[in-house]
Amino acid sequence: MKGMKDLKYKLTTGDYVFNSINYVVLTLFTLTCVIPFYYLFINTISDNTLVTKGLIVWLPQGIHFANYIQILKIDGLFNSVLVSVGRTVLGTVLTLVGTTFLGYAFSRPEFWKRKIWYRFVLITMYFNAGIIPWYINMKNLGLLNNFLAYIIPSIVAPFSLILFKTYVESIPSSLEESADMDGAGYMTKYARLIMPLSKPIVATLAVFSAVGQWNSFTDTLFLMTDPKYYSLQYMLYQYLNESNALADSLRQAAAAGSQVNLATVLTPTGVKMTISMVVVIPILCVYPFLQRYFVNGIMLGAVKG
Amino acid sequence: MSSPLLILVFVFSYMPLYGWIYSFYDYKAGRDLFSTDFVGLKNFKMMFTDHYAVTNILRVMKNTLGMSFLGIVTSVFPMIFAILLSEIRNLRFRKTIQTLVTIPNFISWVLVYSIAYAMFSTNDGLLNRILINNGIRDEGINFLASGNHVWLTMLGYGIWKGLGWGAIIYIAALTNIDAEQYEAARIDGAGRLKMTWHITIPGLLPTFFVLLLLSIGNLLNNGMEQYFVFQNAMNKDSIEVLDLYVYNQGMVGYDYSFATAVGMLKSVVSVLLLFFANFLSKITRGESVM
Repeated sequence: MKGMKDLKYKLTTGDYVFNSINYVVLTLFTLTCVIPFYYLFINTISDNTLVTKGLIVWLPQGIHFANYIQILKIDGLFNSVLVSVGRTVLGTVLTLVGTTFLGYAFSRPEFWKRKIWYRFVLITMYFNAGIIPWYINMKNLGLLNNFLAYIIPSIVAPFSLILFKTYVESIPSSLEESADMDGAGYMTKYARLIMPLSKPIVATLAVFSAVGQWNSFTDTLFLMTDPKYYSLQYMLYQYLNESNALADSLRQAAAAGSQVNLATVLTPTGVKMTISMVVVIPILCVYPFLQRYFVNGIMLGAVKG
Repeated sequence: MSSPLLILVFVFSYMPLYGWIYSFYDYKAGRDLFSTDFVGLKNFKMMFTDHYAVTNILRVMKNTLGMSFLGIVTSVFPMIFAILLSEIRNLRFRKTIQTLVTIPNFISWVLVYSIAYAMFSTNDGLLNRILINNGIRDEGINFLASGNHVWLTMLGYGIWKGLGWGAIIYIAALTNIDAEQYEAARIDGAGRLKMTWHITIPGLLPTFFVLLLLSIGNLLNNGMEQYFVFQNAMNKDSIEVLDLYVYNQGMVGYDYSFATAVGMLKSVVSVLLLFFANFLSKITRGESVM
């Protein structure tokens, strides 16, 4: 790709036809990726009576943000925001510490039986016992209805470990040798030398982990029966499926607010769309800024993996 | 400092293997495992002899392999997409497209379902609204509850979600193709089509084959999340893949023992497929994929 754009030559008719079709095809596909988010967004900020009538299709009308404020008042929703944010922050930090430390350790040739232990970790990417044994195991460990179930099992992430180990091995060993001369131990070298040098890859892994935590849904489905531990994704799933529960919480929320303005009162559709936006907005905000990091991260991984 | 981490791996990835023991018992939920009957291979025999179980497993296997196969057939799409993208000369346009099409990869299947709902539902779906507002139809079409073409719609959602992300690895591979090859081809009078055919595609094929081989190992692992969120009474029969079947039997139907047996067999077959893919890779490419 790099080389091709330097080649300047006259375009033939065929090239023009191809280029036009290419632009059209790519633009259409891109629109299918963007329009749904846009459509959800304009519906959540428009007059709810117009939304119910199906009149909000291309542009928002009667703009208000009451949906977003009301939705946090629905029973349990604010709590699920806390659960999702909590598991994302804690889970990401712990994964980064655990995975990068182990990755660093595996990059040290003097690690006892290093190859065996490395395989011991990697095999888990391809092989698992199945969901029922996994569930039984979690149950035996007392991790049903336990917030720790969200964060402890993900501390060592094998795929991230490969990426990190590959990256660390590309750091010139002379740097570590000079740290050795200064009498630095492994912990010091890890914290003061390796981590600062690995910022790009650590950023990549942070995005992977955070997105994974934020999007995770089946672990709530399997492990949590107490609404206290419901994540935002699970709430969204419930609201997409259970119209009764939805109507109930709306009634409660409506009872809590005294003035009634039909244009801003949440409707079941409004709830579904607004939670969807609450779930997706953090990703849309963070993602474009971090994109180039993980594109590079994937390329690094592709070399090895 | 490393040992606690290795213990964690053991606890969460190896200890579950103990649960395989459930497949040899006639376990009833809520009772102590060892107070229930040891039945040996009964649950495994059931999979191949019990009429009801056999019918179901054949149906589920058909869904699993059918959808995996469609996924493999369409796995050339990311490569084509990357090539089309590379033909765009306007750098800003190219970057914008690349950023936007990758977004769906970062949302959960629940959210994909929510978006499908917003686009296609009978009452609030954008598509039906356009059809009704413009007088093309009097009432909406219920796209989501339809049992027809489920494999294809599931494939469509999968492509929508994964295409941009899948293309990244090919975009990386494209930058590794030596620019001099293109220049030499230019001098020999090759057009863009010829260059794509003789340089770009051969340059990307090794990457394609590695991914193809890996997908053999994942033939039975199409996960359950997507199919779980999209399942409904109308499409249930053709959407239930192996993982979802195990979930429905074990977690919903409380038949732990039978579900464990099915899951066990699936894990074992998957590993065999992975070794097979690795073997194929060794004889065709001279290196292993694992």
